[in-house]
Amino acid sequence: MSPPLVEVSAISRSYSMRSGMFGRATAVHAVDGVSLTIPKGETLGLVGESGSGKSTTGRIVLGLEPPDRGEVRFDGKPMAAPGTPAWRAQRARMQMIFQDPLGALDRRLPVATQIREPLDIHGIGTPAMRDERVRELLRAVELTPAHGARYPGALSGGQRQRIVLARALATNPDFLVCDEPVSALDVSIQAQVVNLLCDLQAQLSLTLLFISHDLRVVRQISNIVAVMYLGRIVEIGSADDLFARPEHPYTQALVSASPAPGRRSAGRIVLAGDPPNPAARPQGCAFHPRCPRAIARCASEVPALSTLSGDRQVACHLVTGAQARDAA
Amino acid sequence: MAALVNIQDLRVAFSGVPVLRGVDLALQKGEAVGLVGESGSGKSVTWLSALGLLPRQATVTGSVRLDGRELLGAPASELDQVRGGRIAMIFQDPASALNPVLTIRKQLCEALALHRDLQGNAVKAEARRLLDLVGIPDAGRRLEAYPHEFSGGQVQRIMIAMALAGNPDVLIADEPTTALDATIQAQILELLSSIRREFAMAMVLISHDLGVVAENCDRVAVMYAGRIVEQAPANQLFADPVHPYAQGLIGALPPLDGPRRRLTAIPGTVPDPAKMPDGCAFAPRCAMAAEACNLAAPPLAPIANDRVVACIRAEASRRALLGIAAE
Amino acid sequence: MGRYLAIRFGRAALTIVLVVTFAFVVLRLSGDPALMILGPEAPPEVLAAFRKAWGLDDPIWFQYLDYFGAIAKGELGRSMRDGRPAIELVLERIPATLALTLPAFFFKVALGVPAGIYAALHRGSAIDRAVMMTAVAGFTVPSFVLALILVLVFAVQLGWLPSGGQDSWRHAILPIATLSLGGAAVLARFTRSAMLEVLGQPYIRTASAKGVPWRKVVTSHALPNAAIPTVTILGFMVGTLIAGAVVVESVFSWPGVGRLLVVAVANRDLAVVQCILLLVAMTMVTSNLVVDFLYGFLDPRLRAKGAHA
Repeated sequence: MSPPLVEVSAISRSYSMRSGMFGRATAVHAVDGVSLTIPKGETLGLVGESGSGKSTTGRIVLGLEPPDRGEVRFDGKPMAAPGTPAWRAQRARMQMIFQDPLGALDRRLPVATQIREPLDIHGIGTPAMRDERVRELLRAVELTPAHGARYPGALSGGQRQRIVLARALATNPDFLVCDEPVSALDVSIQAQVVNLLCDLQAQLSLTLLFISHDLRVVRQISNIVAVMYLGRIVEIGSADDLFARPEHPYTQALVSASPAPGRRSAGRIVLAGDPPNPAARPQGCAFHPRCPRAIARCASEVPALSTLSGDRQVACHLVTGAQARDAA
Repeated sequence: MAALVNIQDLRVAFSGVPVLRGVDLALQKGEAVGLVGESGSGKSVTWLSALGLLPRQATVTGSVRLDGRELLGAPASELDQVRGGRIAMIFQDPASALNPVLTIRKQLCEALALHRDLQGNAVKAEARRLLDLVGIPDAGRRLEAYPHEFSGGQVQRIMIAMALAGNPDVLIADEPTTALDATIQAQILELLSSIRREFAMAMVLISHDLGVVAENCDRVAVMYAGRIVEQAPANQLFADPVHPYAQGLIGALPPLDGPRRRLTAIPGTVPDPAKMPDGCAFAPRCAMAAEACNLAAPPLAPIANDRVVACIRAEASRRALLGIAAE
Repeated sequence: MGRYLAIRFGRAALTIVLVVTFAFVVLRLSGDPALMILGPEAPPEVLAAFRKAWGLDDPIWFQYLDYFGAIAKGELGRSMRDGRPAIELVLERIPATLALTLPAFFFKVALGVPAGIYAALHRGSAIDRAVMMTAVAGFTVPSFVLALILVLVFAVQLGWLPSGGQDSWRHAILPIATLSLGGAAVLARFTRSAMLEVLGQPYIRTASAKGVPWRKVVTSHALPNAAIPTVTILGFMVGTLIAGAVVVESVFSWPGVGRLLVVAVANRDLAVVQCILLLVAMTMVTSNLVVDFLYGFLDPRLRAKGAHA
């Protein structure tokens, strides 16, 4: 495996949140002791439901907000303090794409101007070179210079996301964080953008952190997948293997909940209870109140992420290397 | 058997721009029909127009019959009896689908008072029973709560309870789980299917998610640009789609198991409803389009039992099917 | 809840203090009351005596502390013109003002709210356009222009109504009409947009889809929601009951609080001006508080937060 580009060690982040106008402030642990390693040129998929902390993790990895504890290292060096020249140099090498391309673009500027903007800001190349680079970027995302002259409002959702992608690629970044980049798109357009992302990653040997609630899209694009539940990673492993043989009961339920053409819903694991609330995290394993297999220990003791076999790690009292092998 | 709901040549235009361009669809008693398609394909508009729920700027023509009675142009009093009483509808966004200033009890009892012959305490008892039925814990107390005090999944359960209040024959579920997390989506879909069995209700499941529709429906209609382009039993459609758009949709869905393959993306985008091509609306994006595709929009034609497709190439498929059958 | 109330009241008190302070400073920096009241020809020793009598030659911060000390004792000062307590002068004018503003408030609501609702329900119709054109006209035409137009038509041309004074109820008609039309226009526009916003909400469609007749969808689903933003503007209008008729009272020479204010400002009759401003600030702040609590009553999303915490 190639050397890691991004190393996240035990980051935590909590917010103080008031419940209602008169409530007392409570600490919400959005991310709690998350460690990840993304090797150069690979894609790590981060899945989870709302409130799982996957987006917060993405923002911390990108240095958009600091972790309360833990550390993020980029290309072997710790993230520089925000605002310093070293930080800016690091930031030029990492970019982010969000779910809502219209919100990320300025409606009053032609999109080509917006793709060019990072080049102007970082003073990359001569003006003529920048124009050429914009054309090259538009080609890279399979659009034409004619598209570049348009305003965001005159483009379709898929085209806008391509523009955002082109702008993110303008500074030749090594690392891209994509937060639900295709969730707002229709299936046929989603496939276009997913294919494009796969192609660009291969061509430019990009390293990707791909955050999504959509298991199918994550599997399509990722080498490694981490599953988050209430701020913690509950399972991590290689994409194909994880979805084929999920070990953590939550991963099993997620995989089973993903509807598939040609399969009837019989035998599906349907979890009871509401989606997890980060403001009221259960004691012990956060998943135990909804877990069909929970035992007494789950309610009191937080299971640590432990290696099962090969590159698979699971945080569950019921799944240990030995047990899982015996059961299999 | 006569269809419970029969939609014929349903057309809708918003301020002159056609969004529904001739939809034919029949719904039998108790069956589950899926409507799939991308945004703007007209899958929701079909049922909103059938129930007269579109704004006044919409012009609706064609025919929608319920048990033989025409709904389009029916007097408001008659439509109010049908809505909620014969055909109930639930919607996508649970957060805004319930009135924020009224208690759950008020909203549930309103539906009961409209469609059921219940008086006084019986109304409230029935409201509590319905909440119980859809799995809201502590139903008696929760009746007095307001919508914002429930999670998205719970609000969708309450919507389902409200839909059941009128003992409808048909439930139209318009993207009922799109706004919900995966594990909650599974809960709601399971609730829908168990309730459908219990009440012997017909269901129309409108969704952009092929997987959701495939798993929960007997029959599926694929819509594109305001028309149905293919209709078939669910298992056949997903095993062997005929229309190039249906093939494209299924190919665009990343697999969850087996080897990874490059997705077969459909190039281009959906045509602008104001500038619809003369011929087949899908022709500009279709890899198999021929000269003839641009001349006239192909009608829905049967290719096998229970299967209709609107594609001139389907004629070849049909001959192939017949040829195989003859051998 | 107690903390919330304390914060709200604290903020209200602060608002009043700021208004009074601002008025105090501006009034004292913008002209000499002695000169205004006694006239430029008054001999310097008379002016000096006047200034000494009213404490005008003290440093401004001293006057300011003195003023607040007096307020704390419930004394709002005396008019520099005739020496009567300012509060008396103001209170005796209030009935005249309310005689205009209360009926006007009633007509604003009675005209503006139904017009706005009707326009929203028949969006795009001829009546909607007519209501909105009238509303925009009523909204943009300043009240003194409207007052003059009304005088021109009904007093000068037609001779039906008097153009000014306070001798009979007929004298009140034109001022009330002026006040009502402008306010009704504002309310109609506001109600219409609040109603349109609500009518576009998914829960309205939900209500229709369950078979609720349209009339009932409007009355029991749309109106309670549209009332929430409309209450804001109504609260503001209640706040202007005391001093909202300055221009109209002047045009129609109606002896209300508004005219008293104009005269007092012109004369730099400090105590009277400050007394009126204090009163205005208090009504404004009170109506704002009332609006806040009405929100809680109308919108369970706000109320419940308080109840559950």
